[in-house]
Amino acid sequence: MTVAVRVIPCLDVDAGRVVKGVNFTDLRDAGDPVEMAKLYDAEGADELTFLDITASSGNRETTYDVVRRTAEQVFIPLTVGGGVRAVDDVDRLLRAGADKVGINTAAVARPELVRECALRFGSQCIVLSVDARRTRAVDSPGGSPGRGTPRFEVTTHGGRTGTGIDAVAWAARAVELGAGEILLNSMDADGTRDGYDLEMIAAVRAVVDVPVIASGGAGQLADFAPAVAAGADAVLAASVFHFGDLRIGAVKDALRAAAVPVR
Amino acid sequence: MTGPRVVVLDYGSGNLRSAQRALARVGADVTVTADLDVARAADALVVPGVGAYAACMAGIDAVGAAPVIHERVAQGRPVLGICVGMQVLYTLGDEHGVRTRGLGVLAGQVRRLAAPVLPHMGWNTVAPPAGTVLFDGLPADTRFYFVHSYAAEPAPGDTVAEHGEPFAAAVERGPLYATQFHPEKSGDAGAHLLTNWLRTLR
Repeated sequence: MTVAVRVIPCLDVDAGRVVKGVNFTDLRDAGDPVEMAKLYDAEGADELTFLDITASSGNRETTYDVVRRTAEQVFIPLTVGGGVRAVDDVDRLLRAGADKVGINTAAVARPELVRECALRFGSQCIVLSVDARRTRAVDSPGGSPGRGTPRFEVTTHGGRTGTGIDAVAWAARAVELGAGEILLNSMDADGTRDGYDLEMIAAVRAVVDVPVIASGGAGQLADFAPAVAAGADAVLAASVFHFGDLRIGAVKDALRAAAVPVR
Repeated sequence: MTGPRVVVLDYGSGNLRSAQRALARVGADVTVTADLDVARAADALVVPGVGAYAACMAGIDAVGAAPVIHERVAQGRPVLGICVGMQVLYTLGDEHGVRTRGLGVLAGQVRRLAAPVLPHMGWNTVAPPAGTVLFDGLPADTRFYFVHSYAAEPAPGDTVAEHGEPFAAAVERGPLYATQFHPEKSGDAGAHLLTNWLRTLR
């Protein structure tokens, strides 16, 4: 009896529509997040993540509606992230049918938000989403990382803005504040399809005792098991699933072949 | 023909909608309410629960539902606890060192699991006893969705799961049923289990 490693497709949703290219032949409307969620569910996804990338606040209502409609049709857990700024945003998403809510930029700006949300809703539904990139720094004044040790920096605004915050330390702090899970996204690997950033996963795994979701870089079937070996409890991917390059079932077969427990 | 009248107790805990949808999907006539008369009269009462033990007990007390749950159990009328809604059925909860009195319908304490990674989050297998009602017809390797850090020690006859250590994943005591996992989030396996449960109400 071992908990299965979760395979999680991530949908980027803008104004109620899935963005980024999608290429499902057996889907009438590939841009409808509800339809895609149903398909992924049918294919054996263990959980779904919606990332709301809606820029204008006016479209937030549409997001709640999408979450509501998805939760009515899909009977697996749904995590929603993106644009969560306050405790009330979490409340509204949970009421709309989200099981977990991802917090990113707002928590970087004000870490206490993590504690407030965890106290109100329980750690189990608060996911700290970390967009991290490698830095070129070999040594920093004060000398925390040793020579040649890779360091990872928290970024915001889709990786465009560096914060100078050590991603590993930030993950540990967020868990202390009450985060129940870490969604660890490598901004360097994201979109490259060159594989997950295994060192980053291992570094975060070493300092937190909550589940870690590996994100960013999945390109082929062989990429998933190493992420698990590095310490990930779940593997998330977006484009490889949307484009139909990889199917959920094939990813699970590959994991199973590598002796990783899957559902 | 309408299905059994099932009330999902609304005491401020989240995720009521999921439970409502999943039960309606398998044919129950579901009402989400804090109305105690309706909860008393229903064919079955579902006690959901998400979040902290103490908060859930406080919520149950706030709507005054504890006597209704006790009454139903004493009268042998169906109750189903889910996740923290299962945990509050025990005598005591010990969460973050905060000891909270539970409903005491089930003997035992709810304690933090000894596991390297918590919450226990994801799909796990379970080991039901012979003669199980809830898991009837489900293959042995069926997985259910768990998300919790605390659990009760299994008593003889309980369905056991393991995360760091064995714990009570489900109990079946006549008309009293409870699951530590979320059948409403466990896809087709969860629907099968809920169908099995509904069958006991007919």
